[in-house]
Amino acid sequence: MVKSVKNNIQTEGLKAPVIRIGVVKWTKANLFNGVFNSILTIVTLFFLYKVIPPFLKWAFIDSFWLSTAEQCRAGDGACWSIIPANIRFIIFGFYPHELHWRPFVAMIMLVSLLLYSKNRDHWKKSLVYMWIAGLFIMGILMKGGLLGLSSVESDQWGGLPLTLMLSFFGLFAAYPLGVLLALGRRSKMPAVKTICILYIELIRGVPLISLLFMSAVLFPLFLPEGLTINKILRAQVAIIMFTSAYIAEVVRGGLQAITREQYEAAESLGLNYVQKMRLVILPQALKIVIPPTVGILISAFKDTSLVVIIALYDLLKTTRSALANPSWMGFSPEAYIFVALIYFVCCYSMSNYSRRLEKELHA
Amino acid sequence: MNGETIYCIKGSSENKIIEIAGLHKWFGDLHVLCDIDLTVYKGERIVICGPSGSGKSTLIRCINRLEEHQKGKIFVDGIELTGNLKNIEKIREEVGMVFQHFNLFPHLTIIENLSLGPIWVRKVPKKEAEETALYYLEKVHIPEQANKYPGQLSGGQQQRVAIARSLCMKPKIMLFDEPTSALDPEMVKEVLDVMINLAEEGMTMLVISHEMGFAKSVAHRVLFMDFGRIVEGNTPNEFFDNPQHERTKLFLSQILH
Repeated sequence: MVKSVKNNIQTEGLKAPVIRIGVVKWTKANLFNGVFNSILTIVTLFFLYKVIPPFLKWAFIDSFWLSTAEQCRAGDGACWSIIPANIRFIIFGFYPHELHWRPFVAMIMLVSLLLYSKNRDHWKKSLVYMWIAGLFIMGILMKGGLLGLSSVESDQWGGLPLTLMLSFFGLFAAYPLGVLLALGRRSKMPAVKTICILYIELIRGVPLISLLFMSAVLFPLFLPEGLTINKILRAQVAIIMFTSAYIAEVVRGGLQAITREQYEAAESLGLNYVQKMRLVILPQALKIVIPPTVGILISAFKDTSLVVIIALYDLLKTTRSALANPSWMGFSPEAYIFVALIYFVCCYSMSNYSRRLEKELHA
Repeated sequence: MNGETIYCIKGSSENKIIEIAGLHKWFGDLHVLCDIDLTVYKGERIVICGPSGSGKSTLIRCINRLEEHQKGKIFVDGIELTGNLKNIEKIREEVGMVFQHFNLFPHLTIIENLSLGPIWVRKVPKKEAEETALYYLEKVHIPEQANKYPGQLSGGQQQRVAIARSLCMKPKIMLFDEPTSALDPEMVKEVLDVMINLAEEGMTMLVISHEMGFAKSVAHRVLFMDFGRIVEGNTPNEFFDNPQHERTKLFLSQILH
């Protein structure tokens, strides 16, 4: 009896059953199994037929790519020509036309540094120096006034470099600040704890728009007369403050997921608070919260477009300004699709990278 | 009513390494440790047993201040345990602890687990710390696992790594908090063997355990705790053959079947 059972298990365990069905059978089984599903399939197909071919016709077949606005108006298709015609303004805003190569090189540098940093094998001390040098050069390229580069005031900055700058510094300053706030919120020191809770709850209780307004309108009131702080910097600070409060709460969740035993094991080795957190607790906690953290980073990236309300010309605002030009008026879908694509590429790379990082760290 | 009763190995006052006097601890209203007096001498091995909730774990966790005591004094290696963080860290350097659930750091490899403390606390150069780590891994018979992660090891192997991790700090005292009770039965022996080796080398050990065979062969003293008190303490032979208190007799009859 026992033997036969054992034999059965063995023979069954030899190979898994192969299930393979053809296209027709699959369609029948999944799309037309029953009256309701059949109707649903037909309606959906009809809807797709009505939507997709006209869109493709508009976007690719009847479209204009390098024409003038007049030619576009004569035709029915998409007028992608608005983008090449205005590309430099959309991307660089009011940055002096003949100096566009400078923000362009700066952006290339930023993107290559980011791509280089993606690989975890490159996470060494030299990378930090590369970033410091890189950011310094980017700063000089943008601002000028050194090495024979003519100076460009920051109120002329705009477009994609501005968006990238606000988000990059926003995210990279907000993250460590958020971690510190999370640690502070769990601190045993009442003063630290209270301050952190107050900060987090106050900031989270206010929309980003009002923080931006405050940074633009209220903040200068508190400064001594004659002293002004750059508008971009003020917006940057508001974005950092806002994002860090959200990151703090996510990180706190991660910290709570680490068992007390891990703390005790670290303590019993004689590690002090900083060592314990840095070497044992945070590496585990931050890994757990990669998905929600990236969610916050992505939404913070998109939220930088709110700086229009304090009259900064970020990517979205330069696009709208290009549309305000009478000759190109009315071609907003094309322009917005283009900008949406830029945002999508950035956000998608972030979420893609986070998934990869999660997998790699899951060892 | 205390463990001080009779036995101590080389009982001169210079040899004292842990001294606990009049120790009390409460969790809220619950009086978990009640007037504990205990002196441990260098090289002494003590096994503590008792029913769950009797305060055994809390007692040894007070020794490296994972728990704070509210009354009484604890001296470890001549330093009094108070709120002073520097002193606490100094004592923790000298006191190794092995937990019931191993508590290895899951994000670090075995060798990183072992060298973390020496590198950061003892400020040993990385290379030297890794050599020490390998030495102790060999002592616990798993040098081949050095580059794996804790999750890839069996419970018995993890517990041996945990012991090696404590030993890498070259501690003067080792505390064991039920080191074998979370293990599958066939893995208990491999861990006990490592502990017996350690005992033979003269390590000062406080072990919470119900492995009575281990207590008989290794301990200088066996303590029985109940309701936050040390009910009885004696040499293993006396303790098992001739228990003095009714409560001890009942307990022994239950665990020895």
